[in-house]
Amino acid sequence: MIVPMEHLLILSTILFLLGLVCVLAHRNLIMILIGVEIMLNAVGLTLVGASAFWQQIDGQIMVLFLMAMTSAEVSISLAMVVYLQRCKNSVDIRDFDEMRG
Amino acid sequence: MTATLLFYILGAITVVATLLAIIQRNPVHAVIYLVNSFFALALIFYLLGAPMIAAWEVIIYAGAIMVLFLFIIMMLEISPSSDPVRSAPGWAQWVPIFILAIALASCTLLLTGLDPVIAEGLPRWHASPRDFGYALFKEYALAIEIVSFQLLFAAVGAFYVGRLEQKKSQREGSS
Repeated sequence: MIVPMEHLLILSTILFLLGLVCVLAHRNLIMILIGVEIMLNAVGLTLVGASAFWQQIDGQIMVLFLMAMTSAEVSISLAMVVYLQRCKNSVDIRDFDEMRG
Repeated sequence: MTATLLFYILGAITVVATLLAIIQRNPVHAVIYLVNSFFALALIFYLLGAPMIAAWEVIIYAGAIMVLFLFIIMMLEISPSSDPVRSAPGWAQWVPIFILAIALASCTLLLTGLDPVIAEGLPRWHASPRDFGYALFKEYALAIEIVSFQLLFAAVGAFYVGRLEQKKSQREGSS
């Protein structure tokens, strides 16, 4: 292990928080999906760090499954972004708030 | 020792590039900064003894997913400025990504200069592709099947959403 585990966890926490801020602060659907990508990468960094810490390969295999899940999620959600844009001619989330309680 | 130093430099590059990505108003600029961030993250994965994951980070995340984002952004033609004819980006917009890319390239050169087997500090434990393949197809064979089904469902779902759009525009065109 080249660095202490704590430093690795701090780095991945910072990345996760940046992704969370991106999801919460932006009103553009594309930027929200980019924030989700950043958060998933931070999780991947944690998994690879754990794999290196315990010297087991399972963490890296989890990252492979994470990547497969991410690509599935991105393909579906970008298709829906295109659909929503064609419906309302906008990608601003404030235009999609009819489902208020 | 060098590897530890490289880890901190690459961590700083990742955080700065991600920070610059999330404060952009233009999604294209955000995607470019994010590609830089993912390259730095791939080098961190390599330093942590995961060369396969590092390669996939570049191929899948930076190569496939971000390019898909770029395709969609350009297909939707959402421009933050109302001005349709825009001049080339000025120097102030070039400088941050230029500095980040130079730092990343020098880190990569430094890393390839080190011999991974004998250099002090680089991980003695790392998952070779052979270990990875054995673990993947022996212990996780069922999980591989489930993930492949998931990808199939995603493809069908994306196709279905696309067809909804086509039918709607055909109906509007005929009426």
